[in-house]
Amino acid sequence: MRYLPLSDTDRQDMLARIGVADVDALFSDVPADKLLKAPVDLPRAKGELEVERIMAKMSARNVSASAVPFFVGAGAYKHHVPATVDHLIQRSEFLTSYTPYQPEIAQGTLQYLFEFQTQVSALTGMEVANASMYDGSTGTGEAVLMAHRVTKRRKAVLSGGLHPHYAGVVRTLSEMANDEVVTLAPDVAATEDILAQIDDETSCVVVQSPDFFGNLRDLKPIAAKAHAHGALLIAVFTEVVSLGAVTPPGEQDADIVVGEGQSIGNALNFGGPYVGLFAAKSKYIRQMPGRLCGETVDASGQRGFVLTLSTREQHIRRDKATSNICTNSGLCVLAFTIHMTLLGQAGLTRLAAVNHANAVALADALAGVKGVSVLNASFFNEFTVKLPKPAAEIVEALAAKGILAGVPVSRLLPGAGLDDLLLVASTEINTNEDRAAFVAALAEVL
Amino acid sequence: MLNRQGRPTQGTVSAHEPHATFTGNRALQQIEPLIFEIGHTETTGVDIDPPAPFKSRLGAHARKGEIGLPGLSEPEAMRHYVRLSQKNYGIDTGLFPLGSCTMKHNARLNEKTARMPGFSDVHPLQPVSTVPGALEVMLELSRYLMTLTGMPAVALSPKAGAHGEACGMMAIKAAIAAKGEGATRNVVLVPESAHGTNPATAALIGFSVRSVPARPDGTVAVEDVKALLGPDIAAIMLTNPNTCGIFEPQIVEIAAAMHEAGAYFYCDGANFNAIVGKAKPGDLGVDAMHINLHKTFSTPHGGGGPGAGPVVLSERLAPFAPVPFIHLEGGTPRLVETEADAPEGTAPFGRMTAFHGQMGMYVRALTYMLSHGADGMKQASEDAVLNANYIRAGLSDLMSLPFPDHPSMHEALFDDEWLKGTGVTTLDFAKAMIDEGYHPMTVYFPLVVHGAMLIEPTESESKASLDLFIATLRDLAMAAKGNDKERFTGAPHHAPLRRLDETRAARQPVLKWMPPAPLAEAAE
Repeated sequence: MRYLPLSDTDRQDMLARIGVADVDALFSDVPADKLLKAPVDLPRAKGELEVERIMAKMSARNVSASAVPFFVGAGAYKHHVPATVDHLIQRSEFLTSYTPYQPEIAQGTLQYLFEFQTQVSALTGMEVANASMYDGSTGTGEAVLMAHRVTKRRKAVLSGGLHPHYAGVVRTLSEMANDEVVTLAPDVAATEDILAQIDDETSCVVVQSPDFFGNLRDLKPIAAKAHAHGALLIAVFTEVVSLGAVTPPGEQDADIVVGEGQSIGNALNFGGPYVGLFAAKSKYIRQMPGRLCGETVDASGQRGFVLTLSTREQHIRRDKATSNICTNSGLCVLAFTIHMTLLGQAGLTRLAAVNHANAVALADALAGVKGVSVLNASFFNEFTVKLPKPAAEIVEALAAKGILAGVPVSRLLPGAGLDDLLLVASTEINTNEDRAAFVAALAEVL
Repeated sequence: MLNRQGRPTQGTVSAHEPHATFTGNRALQQIEPLIFEIGHTETTGVDIDPPAPFKSRLGAHARKGEIGLPGLSEPEAMRHYVRLSQKNYGIDTGLFPLGSCTMKHNARLNEKTARMPGFSDVHPLQPVSTVPGALEVMLELSRYLMTLTGMPAVALSPKAGAHGEACGMMAIKAAIAAKGEGATRNVVLVPESAHGTNPATAALIGFSVRSVPARPDGTVAVEDVKALLGPDIAAIMLTNPNTCGIFEPQIVEIAAAMHEAGAYFYCDGANFNAIVGKAKPGDLGVDAMHINLHKTFSTPHGGGGPGAGPVVLSERLAPFAPVPFIHLEGGTPRLVETEADAPEGTAPFGRMTAFHGQMGMYVRALTYMLSHGADGMKQASEDAVLNANYIRAGLSDLMSLPFPDHPSMHEALFDDEWLKGTGVTTLDFAKAMIDEGYHPMTVYFPLVVHGAMLIEPTESESKASLDLFIATLRDLAMAAKGNDKERFTGAPHHAPLRRLDETRAARQPVLKWMPPAPLAEAAE
C-alpha cells in the first residue's frame, strides 16, 4: 500500500523489540469476541489511476457552475478566484500543519490569522474579529449564544429576512438549550415590524442585510431600539462581497456581526467547507466563541503572534466554556485572506461594483419578460422575482435547457405560499450572453 | 528596516548574537512584515474593469469612506505568503507526533479529486437533478462509514468533531424527549480524562455534567459508572480508545449498563483511527459516534480546519438525524432538506448547518478509503498501533509511563515523573524537540496525568524515521537528567522565533493591526 512505509520485515523486527508475538497482542484490551478476524466487507486497495477514474466518473455526473449560464445564490456565490490562491493554500506548510499550538513553528498560520482578523474588522466596521467559524450559519448560532451570555437573557428575535437555514440552525440550538426564539414570518419586501418584537426580555435581534430575498436593510433604528431595551443587534450577511459596496454593519451600531466568507477565495464545494466571519465590539471579546490570534513578543523582543484568551475555551474551561468549538476553518481562512490581499480596497470596491452592475442589468432584463416582476426596492447582487408559474417547475425547465437560473424560495420555505418566487443572483462571472440566454429561455418556458 | 509608514517592522537584532545580519533575515528565514505594512489601498493584484455607468439600486445603503484594506500585486502577494509558509511546520516537513490529533500523511490525490469540477464547482442549491454524482459521493461515503463502524445510520452534515458531538448529543436529547423523559434525564457522565469538547458540548445543549473518576490504570470501571446511574442520567460520553491511548477494556459492560438504565452511550470517535477494520463500534454497544474525517481519513488539518464530523447512529437514534439527509425510496435517492419534507418514521431534530455539510471533505475521505481499501485501512490501524508501541518500548526505560499495565493503542502516554528534580518541565522538553527538528507531542493533555506527553506517530512513519526520533528523544532525556538545563529552559533556540510571551498576549490583547501613531505624537 503506497501510503504505508513499513515492510513486513520491519513489522516483525518491531514486534520483537516490543516483545509480543503478533500485532493482535497489542489489541488485547479489545474483547476477544469483538476483534474482527477478517477485513470488513469493502473493496480492496486500489491504485491511484483507478481511484481517480472512479471519482472522475461521479464528478462528471454533475453540472458544474462554470459550464452553464449560472445565477444560483441564496447564501453561496460563484466568483472567480485567482489561480494564486489555490496554489498557495496547497503549500505543504499550510496544508499539512495543525492548529498553531506551538507558536514558534507556526508563525505562518498565526500571522495570516492576525491579518485575517484585521481584514474582517475593516470590512465589517467592527473593533475586533475572531479567527473564523465553520460557516455563516453556525456562526449565527454561536452569535445568539454569545448574546445570551452578554445580556444574561434567553430570547432571540429572528428577522423574516434571515436565511432559512441560518434560522433553522439557531432554532435547533435554542430548542436544545431551552432558549426562546421568536421567528418572524418570511419577509419578502423588508416590510416587517421587527421593532415591535423587542422588549426587556429580548437578548438579541438577528437581522440579515442584504437579506435572504436580496433587500438592503437599515440597521440603525433596530440597533437603537435594541440598545434602549438592553438587547444586542446581531447583523448577518451571506454575501461578503456586498461589504465592498454597502454601509458596513459596524457603522450602524451592530454589536455582533457574523457572515459567510465563501465568496472570497473559496469554491462552491456543494455547500462546504466554507468560512464563517465573526466580529464584535471589543467590550465583548471575553464572551466571543472560537479562536483568537493576538500579537506579542518572543524572548528576544521580536514581534510574534499566538492564540490567546484561551481561558474562554473548552480545553481549559470544559463545561463553562464559551463554545465547544475546537477546529475552525483554517485553510478557508487562508484562501479568503489571500484573495482579499490580492483585491485590496481598490479591487474589492471594483468587484462589488461589477457584481451590482450585473445584477441591475439582469433585473432590468428579467423585468422585461411578460408576467415577471422584480420585487426588491434595493439589492446588491441578488434579488427576488415573482413568476406567473411555480418557480421550482421553471427552474427545472431551465435546467433542462442548460441554464441554472436561481433558487426557488419554496425549496427553503416550503408551504409558505411563496411558490412563485425565485431568487436570482448575478456576479462578475456573468456575461451579456449569459443574461440574454437566461431571458430568452425564461420567456420560452413561461 | 522601515515600512511605508516609517514604523520598524522587526525587533532589533540582539547584539550579542554571533553573525547577526543587518536585515534580521537568516538566509531562507526572512522577516516578513504584515500586509498592512507593505500593501497599499490603491494597489491590487486582480485586474477588474469598473462597470460602465449604470443606475445604482443600493438606495441609501452605499458605502462611504475608506475600507482600509491594503492590496498587494500578484508577485508581492506570492512572496508574502510563501515566506509565511516557511515559518510553519507541517506533516510534510517532519514527524508530527501530536497525540490525539492524528497527523498522518495527506495524499495529494485527495486534493486532486476534491478539485474536480463536478465536486468543487457545484452549488448546494442548484437543482438536485443536476447533481446526481454529488449524492452518489454522499451515499458511498455513508456506506463506507456504516460498514466500518457497524452502525445502521449516519448524519453527514456536522462541520467538525465538536460539531459532530453536538449532533450526536442532540439526537440523544431528542430521543429522550420523544420518550417523555426530557424533564428528568438531564445529566451526562463524562470521564475526567475526556477531551474538553465533551463537557462543553453537553453544557451547550442544556445537559449538566457529572464527572466519572479515572481508575489508577487510566481506564473507566463499569462499577464506577453504575454507581452514578439513575433516572436522571441521559448518557455517557466516553472516548474509545481513550485519551490515555488505552482501549477501554470494559466498554461493552459500560454500554450495557447505560442501556439497562435507560440511557445512551455517546462514543467520542476522535481515536477511531486506532481500530478501523479491527473492531466495530456498533458491536460494542455505541449509540452515537462522531468521526473526524480530518484525523482518521486524512483530510488535511490545514492549520486548524476545515474539518468534518459525520456521526454514526444506532437504530434507536437514527430517526432523529438532522436534515439534510438522503432517503432511499425504492433505491432512488431523495435529498430531504426540510423537516416538513421528512419521510414517515423519521423525526429530524433540526438542522446543524446551512446546506449539506463538508462536501470537499467527503470527497477527500472517500478517496482515501477507496485507495486504502478494507485491507489497507486495517493495515493502517495496525501500523499506527505498532508504531506507537515501538516508540513506547524505545523510551520507557528513560521516561515514565503512568499506565504501564495496558498496551498503548495509536498513541503512547508519558508523564513528567521522570523529570522530577531536573528543573526541566514538560513544556521545556517540548520546546527542545523543536530545536531538533520535530514538532512536539501533545503536552499537558490528558489532564488526569501530571505533565502529560502524548505521542502519536501514526502509520505514516517508516521504521528509520521512528528509530531516529527515539534516538533523539533519548539524547534529550539524557541531557535533561544530566544537568543540561539551559538547553531546555531557553528553547527553542533555532526556530524562526524564540519562546513567545503568551501571558502578555492575554493580559493586553492586541487582536488586530492598528495604524501607527503619527511620529510627532509618538515622540511625545
